[in-house]
Amino acid sequence: MRRELHALILTLVGGTLLKLAFTGDYARYVKPGVRPLLVAAAVVVLAIAAATLQRRDRRDHADGDGHAHRHSRFDVAWLLLLPMLVLLLLAPPALGSFSAARSGTALGAAPASDQPPLPEGDPVRLSMMDYASRAVYDNGRSLAGRHLTLSGFVLPGDGGTWYLTRMVITCCAADAQPIKVGLTGTVPGRLKANDWIQVTGSYATRKDRDPVNQEPIPYLSVESSTPIPAPARQYES
Amino acid sequence: MTTTEPATRPTATPAPARRRLRPGAVELFVGVLVVAVLLRGWLVGATNSARVQTWLTIFVSIVIQATPFVVLGTVVSAAIAALVPPSFFARALPRRPVLAVPVAGVAGVVLPGCECGSVPIAGALVRRGVTPAAALAFLLSAPAINPVVLVATFVAFPGRPQMVVARLVASLAASVVMGWLWLRLGRTEWLRVPDRPELAGLGKGAAFVAACRTDLVQAGGYLVIGGFTAATLNVAVPQKLLHAVGGQPVLSVLALGFLAVVLSICSEADAFVAASLTQFSWTARLAFLVVGPMVDAKLFAMQAGAFGRRFAVRFAPATFVVAVLAAVAVGAVLL
Repeated sequence: MRRELHALILTLVGGTLLKLAFTGDYARYVKPGVRPLLVAAAVVVLAIAAATLQRRDRRDHADGDGHAHRHSRFDVAWLLLLPMLVLLLLAPPALGSFSAARSGTALGAAPASDQPPLPEGDPVRLSMMDYASRAVYDNGRSLAGRHLTLSGFVLPGDGGTWYLTRMVITCCAADAQPIKVGLTGTVPGRLKANDWIQVTGSYATRKDRDPVNQEPIPYLSVESSTPIPAPARQYES
Repeated sequence: MTTTEPATRPTATPAPARRRLRPGAVELFVGVLVVAVLLRGWLVGATNSARVQTWLTIFVSIVIQATPFVVLGTVVSAAIAALVPPSFFARALPRRPVLAVPVAGVAGVVLPGCECGSVPIAGALVRRGVTPAAALAFLLSAPAINPVVLVATFVAFPGRPQMVVARLVASLAASVVMGWLWLRLGRTEWLRVPDRPELAGLGKGAAFVAACRTDLVQAGGYLVIGGFTAATLNVAVPQKLLHAVGGQPVLSVLALGFLAVVLSICSEADAFVAASLTQFSWTARLAFLVVGPMVDAKLFAMQAGAFGRRFAVRFAPATFVVAVLAAVAVGAVLL
C-alpha cells in the first residue's frame, strides 16, 4: 500500500511539474532557465513512480511487517500533496505590489565599469534594472536626450507618488526583490496597485529614498502611458 | 495515515492474504483529491487576500525551485545506497575521523546544486558507514563551495573577487569545525538515521528504485514543511526591522545571519540578494552567505527529517554560531 501511495503521489508531482513547464505557468515561480531542470526532474520522478508500480515486489509485506512503529507515524509523503494541489487548483499569481511594498528597491552592487551607450531606437525599450542602474550609478548620463520605454506594475508610494515596479528574481520567487522607478510628468490617473502599464518618457533628475532600505529610487518623466496586460514573464532576471 | 486501517495490519496473520482488498492509503489519496477539487471554489475565495497569495506563491516557489535538486540528491543517494559498496568509502576517506572530516569537507566541491540535494546524500553516506562527522562536514560544505555557487558569487559582486575567496574559506572552515565538534561532543543517540529494512535482500535494480522512492517522498515531504516555514517567515517578518540595524557592526552581522535563516534562499541565488544589501558591511553580507547554505528554515526541516529532530535542534544552532564566527574571522582578514 505504501509503495502504491508513494507512486501515486510521485505521479502527481511529476505531472504537475510537466504541466507547469509546458503551460509556461512555471515562470510565475522560478526563473526561465529552470524550465529544462523541471522537465528533467519530472521525467525522473515519473520514471521512479512507474518503476515502483511495475515492480512486483515479492516481499510486499516486508514493507509493513516487522516495523509497525513506522506505520503508526504520519507518512510525510502526504505533505507533497499540499503544494501540488495549491498549484493545480489555486495557481497563485506572480508576486506583485504586496511584496514590492515590503522590500526595498534592489539595484545590487554598482557595476565596476562605465555604462555602455544605449541601444538604437526611438523610443528605446529598457529593462527596469537597466534604467534604474543607469539613472542611479551613472546619474543618467547615458540616458540624456533619449526617449525611453519601460513597463511594469504600479505601486502606490507616500504622498500620492506612483512607483513603476518590477520584481527581479535570481532563482525563485523567494529571492524576489523589487526595482522601483518613480513616475513624474503626465502620470496616468485612476491607477490602482498592481495595474500593469507601459510608459514612455525621459530621464528625470529627481531621486527618492526607499522607505524600507534607504536606497535611491530614480524617476522617469512620463510623456505618455498605456495600460497593458500582465506579461507572461512578469519577473526580470 | 495508514493507521486508518489498523484491523488490516497483518500483525496476527502474517502472509496468507496477499491480494485482499484493503481500503487504505490509495483510497484516501483519491478521496483527498476529490474533496480538494469539490472545495476549489471555496478555497479560491478563502485565499484571495494579497498576503495569503504572496504566501502561497513563495511556498510553491520554494518547493518547485528545490525539486530538481532534491531529485538529483535523491538519485545520487539511492545510487550510494544500492550500487556503491561500503568498502568504497572506507578506502576513499582517511581511516582516522579527524582527517576524514576535512577531506569530506573539501569533497563538497563536486556536488553542483543547492542545499536541498546534499541532505539525502549525507544521510546515505552515514547509512553506508561513513563516520557521521565527515558526512556532516560534507552536508555543510557542498552547497556553499561548489563551482556553480562560487561563480554566481563572482558574478554578483563585480570587482570584489575577494568575496568569493572569503565565502570559500569561511564555509569550508565552518564545515570542518562542525565536523570536529561533532567528533568531540556529538552523541550517537542524537542521530536517528532511519535504516532501510525494505532494501535488504533486494537485487541492485529493485534496491535502487526503492531507495529513490523512499528518499524522494521523505526529502520532498520535509521540503514542504521547510517551504511552509520559510514562506511564513518571509511574509511575517518585516524587512524594515532588519534594515534599521544596518549601521551597527555587531548587530548587523547577526541580523543578516538571521535573515539568511528566515529567507531560506537557494545557495545559487543568495549572493545576488547579499549584493543588494548595500547598507550592510561586507562582513555582515559574508555572514549571510556562510549561514544561508548551512542553516535555514527549509534546511532545518529537511535535516530533522533525515537525521531526527533531537539532532537538528542541537546541530542547527551550533552551526549558526560557528558559521557566524567563521564569517567574522575571515571577514576581518580578507574583506
